[in-house]
Amino acid sequence: MSLKRNILDLRKRKEKVLQGGGEKAIQKQVAMGKLTARERVTSILDEDSFHEYDMFVEHEARDFGMEKKELHGDGVIIGTGTIYGEPVCVFAQDFTVAGGSLGLMHARKITKIMDHALKMRVPLIGINDSGGARIQEGVNSLAGYGEIFFRNTLASGVIPQLSIILGPCAGGAVYSPALTDFVFVVENISKMFITGPEVIKTVLGEEITMEELGGAKVHSEITGNAHFYALSEYECFEQIKKLLTFIPWNNTKKAKAFPPKPPRPEYKIEEIVPSDPTQPYDIRNVIKSIVDDSDFFESMENFARNIVIGFGRMNGETVGFVANQPLVLAGVLDCDSSDKAARFIRYCDSFNIPIVTLEDMPGYLPGVDQEHMGVIRHGAKILYAYSEATVPKITVIVRKAYGGGYIAMNSRHMKADFMFAWPNAEIAVMGPDGAANIIFKKEIMAAADPEAMRKEKVAEYREKFANPYVAAAKGYIDTVIEPQETRNMLLHSIEVSSNKVDSRPAKKHGIPPF
Amino acid sequence: MENLKEFNVDGTVYTTELTKKFENRKPWVRPNPKHINSFIPGTIVEILVKEGQEVKEGENLMILEAMKMKNQIKMPFDGKIAKIYVAEGEKVPNRLLMMEIE
Repeated sequence: MSLKRNILDLRKRKEKVLQGGGEKAIQKQVAMGKLTARERVTSILDEDSFHEYDMFVEHEARDFGMEKKELHGDGVIIGTGTIYGEPVCVFAQDFTVAGGSLGLMHARKITKIMDHALKMRVPLIGINDSGGARIQEGVNSLAGYGEIFFRNTLASGVIPQLSIILGPCAGGAVYSPALTDFVFVVENISKMFITGPEVIKTVLGEEITMEELGGAKVHSEITGNAHFYALSEYECFEQIKKLLTFIPWNNTKKAKAFPPKPPRPEYKIEEIVPSDPTQPYDIRNVIKSIVDDSDFFESMENFARNIVIGFGRMNGETVGFVANQPLVLAGVLDCDSSDKAARFIRYCDSFNIPIVTLEDMPGYLPGVDQEHMGVIRHGAKILYAYSEATVPKITVIVRKAYGGGYIAMNSRHMKADFMFAWPNAEIAVMGPDGAANIIFKKEIMAAADPEAMRKEKVAEYREKFANPYVAAAKGYIDTVIEPQETRNMLLHSIEVSSNKVDSRPAKKHGIPPF
Repeated sequence: MENLKEFNVDGTVYTTELTKKFENRKPWVRPNPKHINSFIPGTIVEILVKEGQEVKEGENLMILEAMKMKNQIKMPFDGKIAKIYVAEGEKVPNRLLMMEIE
């Protein structure tokens, strides 16, 4: 009898916690166009798979009248569940409870589930929706953030860490997402910044809205802090689930294989790339003409569009693609595109995902702003990332490979396993125009008709060097292939690399040009 | 493919889209040593000199308050105040021309 009563008591206690911040606060959350924390968790996870822990945690603040307040779950939900039947750990900040503010116990709940994820070697999905530090708890809330950041760093490269920004994420709180692998944002809902519009206005006199300062668009287009941008929370959840089909559950596993499918027939590889190296095309169509079912899942689609990164499958296995985009800024490398590619390469290398590099680039973006922003330091990140990577690395030079870009884009010299080039590839120190102007400067200046001479010399240079055979003669290119052979060559080279063993000198860690 | 533009890299002209970031970049201009620009957005609290006044290197020209700090703007070399473009109490953005000296 008493057990029955105790069970009823337990149910009553749980019910209370499940109300979060109460009816009014939930109405407010809904009015902002947001789902509640529990709705979010259950929408992402397999049906009925969510199991919550630390429901009965109470906050520890004893000052400023906080001792009288009851904060259900201390403003955060943690638990385990499954996605596609595979285990994951989740936390979701509950904005309806004290604005999702982070106090000591709130942080301890998060670190508990993080420790669990790391120990169990399963992905961690964190939903951020918080007004920031709980000021009444003082340094304890700062301590809480610090403990989270430390664990984000420990887990980096061991388990996938996904951050979903579904509300404000301001001040110190932003650094947890920034340390994780993939950040998801939703239009009108996500807001991330270090100092908000009010402080900026008081201190600096600059007026800006939250959306303009750190909205979803800003982070997916300008700052590069976000990887996936969605128009609604549900679209965001679909993106999360799709991403999880491409990545392994931890760094000792391979991503799940799917049944192989051919690319869709509407993507005709030999019709995409114009032979004139100055003419644009969308490199994503080349990727789609190569990958299974033409299904390419792009990351950071709207940031540094001059380089394209993302996942696809080849014969059912996940492959990471890094490709110059001639459609945007002619596909040059610059500070932003180097950062974008380098981090993705390191992600693939950490998680056993082969990297296919498609190269068509004229060099680095010229300009004072680039030089002064440190294109040297940023550009070096790509060299570092490719050199360090030991997963299978295959490069296809589709058209241009000039100068430093040729070296950086996973060349033989960065220890690419396979180097292929299309017959129209131009592998040279620079484009024929620039090169001829330098090599034949005297002849051009001395000629009766300098322009005619220049044209002649450009043609001469192009004939001699702007082809794949000079590099092939040195073995820098393994073979020159026809475009329609690309998929089969890639499938073959990935297959024969499946037992690849390669190592780098043992060290505590390198010193990449961060 | 929209908004295709011409774009020169190492002497070759490519047809390509440009990014907003690239188009909005600030062209570099050589700093003029006779221009006193704000180095941070803030408020002019006090102006200590007048137009036409002779000022020695290192003397205070004005106080620019920003981030709760009262920054002293000093004369970079011996010279004369040619023109003052700001007034006391004025809020200034970053890199604003505040004073010309000669």
